[in-house]
Amino acid sequence: MKARVYVMPKAGVLDPQGKAIGHALEGLGFAGVGEVRAGKVIELELAETDAAKAKAAAEEMARRLLANTVIESFRVEVL
Amino acid sequence: MSLPAPLDPARARKLSAEFGLKGDEYDRVLAILGRTPSLTELGIFSVMWSEHCSYKSSRVWLRTLPTKAPWVIHGPGENAGVIAIGDGLAAIFKMESHNHPSFIEPYQGAATGVGGILRDVFTMGARPIANLNALRFGSPDAPRMKRIIDGVVRGIGGYGNCVGVPTVGGEVNFHPAYNGNPLVNAMTVGIAPADRIFLSAAAGIGNPVVYVGSKTGRDGIHGATMASAEFSADAEEKRPTVQIGDPFVEKLLIEACLELMATDMIVAIQDMGAAGLTSSSVEMAGKGGVGIELALDNVPQREIGMTAYEMMLSESQERMLMILKPGREAEAEAIFRKWELDFAVIGHLTDTGRIVIRHKGAIEADIPLAPLESEAPLYRRPTAETPRQPVLDATTIADPVGITAALQTLVGSLDLCSRRWIWDQYDSTVGGQTVQRPGGADAAVVKLEGLKRGLAMTTDCTPRYCLADPEEGGKQAVAEAWRNLTAVGARPLAITDNMNFGNPEKPEIMGQFAAAVRGMAAACTALDFPVVSGNVSLYNETNGAAILPTPAIGGVGVLEDAAQAVGLALEPGLDLVVIGDTRGWLGQSLWLREIAGREEGAPPPVDLAAERRNGDFVRAQILGGTVAACHDVADGGLLVAVAEMAMGGGVGATLEAPAGMPAHAFWFGEDQGRYVLAVADAGPILAAAAAAGVSAARLGRSGGGDLVLGAGSSISVATLRVAHESTLPALMEAVG
Amino acid sequence: MKAVVVVFPGTNRERDMAIALERATGRKPVMLFHRETALPAGTDLVVLPGGFSYGDYLRCGAMAAQSPIMREVAGFAAKGGHVLGVCNGFQILCEAGLLPGALLRNASLRFLSMDCHMRVERAGTPYTAHWQQGAVFRAPMAHGDGNFFCDDETHARLVAENLVAFRYCTPEGTLTDAANRNGARDNIAGIVSPNLRVCGLMPHPEDLVDPLMGGTDGLPMFTSLVDSLAAA
Repeated sequence: MKARVYVMPKAGVLDPQGKAIGHALEGLGFAGVGEVRAGKVIELELAETDAAKAKAAAEEMARRLLANTVIESFRVEVL
Repeated sequence: MSLPAPLDPARARKLSAEFGLKGDEYDRVLAILGRTPSLTELGIFSVMWSEHCSYKSSRVWLRTLPTKAPWVIHGPGENAGVIAIGDGLAAIFKMESHNHPSFIEPYQGAATGVGGILRDVFTMGARPIANLNALRFGSPDAPRMKRIIDGVVRGIGGYGNCVGVPTVGGEVNFHPAYNGNPLVNAMTVGIAPADRIFLSAAAGIGNPVVYVGSKTGRDGIHGATMASAEFSADAEEKRPTVQIGDPFVEKLLIEACLELMATDMIVAIQDMGAAGLTSSSVEMAGKGGVGIELALDNVPQREIGMTAYEMMLSESQERMLMILKPGREAEAEAIFRKWELDFAVIGHLTDTGRIVIRHKGAIEADIPLAPLESEAPLYRRPTAETPRQPVLDATTIADPVGITAALQTLVGSLDLCSRRWIWDQYDSTVGGQTVQRPGGADAAVVKLEGLKRGLAMTTDCTPRYCLADPEEGGKQAVAEAWRNLTAVGARPLAITDNMNFGNPEKPEIMGQFAAAVRGMAAACTALDFPVVSGNVSLYNETNGAAILPTPAIGGVGVLEDAAQAVGLALEPGLDLVVIGDTRGWLGQSLWLREIAGREEGAPPPVDLAAERRNGDFVRAQILGGTVAACHDVADGGLLVAVAEMAMGGGVGATLEAPAGMPAHAFWFGEDQGRYVLAVADAGPILAAAAAAGVSAARLGRSGGGDLVLGAGSSISVATLRVAHESTLPALMEAVG
Repeated sequence: MKAVVVVFPGTNRERDMAIALERATGRKPVMLFHRETALPAGTDLVVLPGGFSYGDYLRCGAMAAQSPIMREVAGFAAKGGHVLGVCNGFQILCEAGLLPGALLRNASLRFLSMDCHMRVERAGTPYTAHWQQGAVFRAPMAHGDGNFFCDDETHARLVAENLVAFRYCTPEGTLTDAANRNGARDNIAGIVSPNLRVCGLMPHPEDLVDPLMGGTDGLPMFTSLVDSLAAA
């Protein structure tokens, strides 16, 4: 099954990329855009068929490698 | 043996036109095959006979360039040029354009341009030691242009920084003629033992054909594929036609190839550049006079359901093709596996003289190689000479602003302002051998690890001269490269050329090309500075408007001892001496364009005998240890050269007023073959120059914080620096 | 001093580091490929050099930090071994948890390649013994992700325990925002572990050890190591 890992900069961690995107959107004339945060999505094709186990495995992967919990938070979604 | 499934004849002819083959060229395909081609065969012919691969419009002219010297090991025709540089070593280098891809997708276009030229160099056995580039952008106000500038700079940095090859030099011009066709020319210089150069000619019937590097995807297959009815546009995400570079894989590929090259397993090797598997296999077999048979089922593939046509035309990056000695596959594979790269035997050499492509049990192509090369179109296209421009009389051109005001404007103008914003994004020190970094000298200097010896390198061209007079402009581009190498103390050895022009089917464009080659050839001959590699980029036009003719020159020279190299930064308490004649040539000068608002007149002529005499004199002085700093006089003229030295060292100078010509012509005229030297005492140099028949004059003395030009006229170096340094950051700030 | 330079796929400043080490020690360091699972016997110093290990994909240093040899390096450090990480090596040390904090993208979002100046904030470590406290030295930097970040608690600890080794400063030694090109928290360019044996910094002292390349400002780091490790 497929797991999707969302990795985002933690609140309080400077996100210059998000800031730059926000700035660019403003430059394009999009009004009313507040804070912009840029993260990443990682899709995993897993052999595991049990959703709970797949989620646990993906979370372990996120903790060990996919996210740096010093600066990033993550969320796992099993599809 | 069964034949490839031919296309419907009418459809094949229609498709051939879409693939860029002219009617008579397609007739030749039919004659060679004796039947209608298959889709794969048509693809192979169309790319091999494209301007890009066949040089069909340019070859008759390129042949006239001098390519030989005692130190030339391999001239044009190999993946890159090879010259002997002493200590048993060879320098391997080439410059190549990635203009169109960089316009479509600036970051990836520029990045893959760097990747491609690196492969051309390390495929010959060299470890790349330096990258340079030659960039031309349009007016920054033109649509998309700032994004293009930003993307190109990021792309060059993104790729070069990651592979760990320092980007040590380059040049940039801005002109509205490049609005629709910016130029991205990338150059790589590598080093190899002179007796261990790897060539591309295949040999040994039965020897395995090996594919290494990244997997093949549908990247970069020409747009015609999309339009072809056989590939219906379904709902899947639109296929990328832009090649994506992976500098990480390139770095691994460099290390793996060099490790393999340290063994004796390789017979021949070539990178898969433009037209990927097609050009590499056809050229390797063709050069070796053998046949080649490929089994495409074995090609490492990134996407599902790729056809033979797609695999043969894919321009996926970071791939190489090799011929190995028989029985060595396992050993070679172990090296590539160690570096986590794909390795696959995808065919073997045959004695048939044909290229045979098999895929899924069918023969997809079967073409005799000899006529594919010998029957390739070759055109001597009509040429029209560029009309001569009048020589401007400096005394008739008034100075509207005064000398110091003009200087301040000039040093902040787009073509003369500091390129720091660009260099600061390029890793110029990785490798730990960079003696002269960008901006520090007229040419970059990179020491050879573990030796005293160093290489100097530069890229040069003055397109506005080339437009006004392509022959003088071609001459000037070569002379300026030679001059820049000389100005650091190096002995200039050879050049690579990157010929960027408009549509060759227009006689005036072909005339520019022919004249530029004529001028280059004259300079190469006079300066013992042969062409050893090159690349041609034609059809740089948008809506019928061509770029300025831009024969970009990449020059390489050698220093026996890199410690003898001099930079351009001025120190206090030195005499300034100008070498070469100052006549006040304002035609096509930057002063005329930026201050008087005129782009006109004949460009400054290059006196090749004086060029050589002056340069040989300057080099001897530098190597004799009497020169503290040296800078050639180029764009902007004498005062701009002195100002650049002053800004480099943060030191001013008091300069003597000229006599016998208008001051603005003296200070800003762009007479060629000149250098400014900073020396402890002008006397001995002037005497030596007189003895050598070299014209030289004392210009003034360094010191203080201002440039002082006679009574009452002065400007502080700090003011100049602000003007010089702020232009690009201010321009690019908004891009983010 | 027996130095080992670890080479990951994508490492590209290993040769620079080897040259600097050889210049200071008189012997070539051992170049250790990342697939190795043990450090050579008698290793005094492990160096993680600069580059783009694993292409800097995912996060700079993230994948290298998980490679088998890093378990050995962590064990070596735990036993009091000396480990130096420069640039990508610093990123790897942070990702591996051998040093606190993380290196974010430069505040300008651009790769920065230029000389910078650093002030020695903690003299007397094995890495800084040959500098005076407060000495200013110059070194090239070349990175896209050198913006040192840590949370308030970590920052307070680094300061309280005097573990900030280097801060970005002007040539005169003043800490300014302008001198802090990558936007690092509190101008931090390099830090050391509490036992002073693990050190990470972003700029490249190894690229400024030869007058021909523009100076020898970076050499004291390597001569410090030689002396400190000979005494140890």
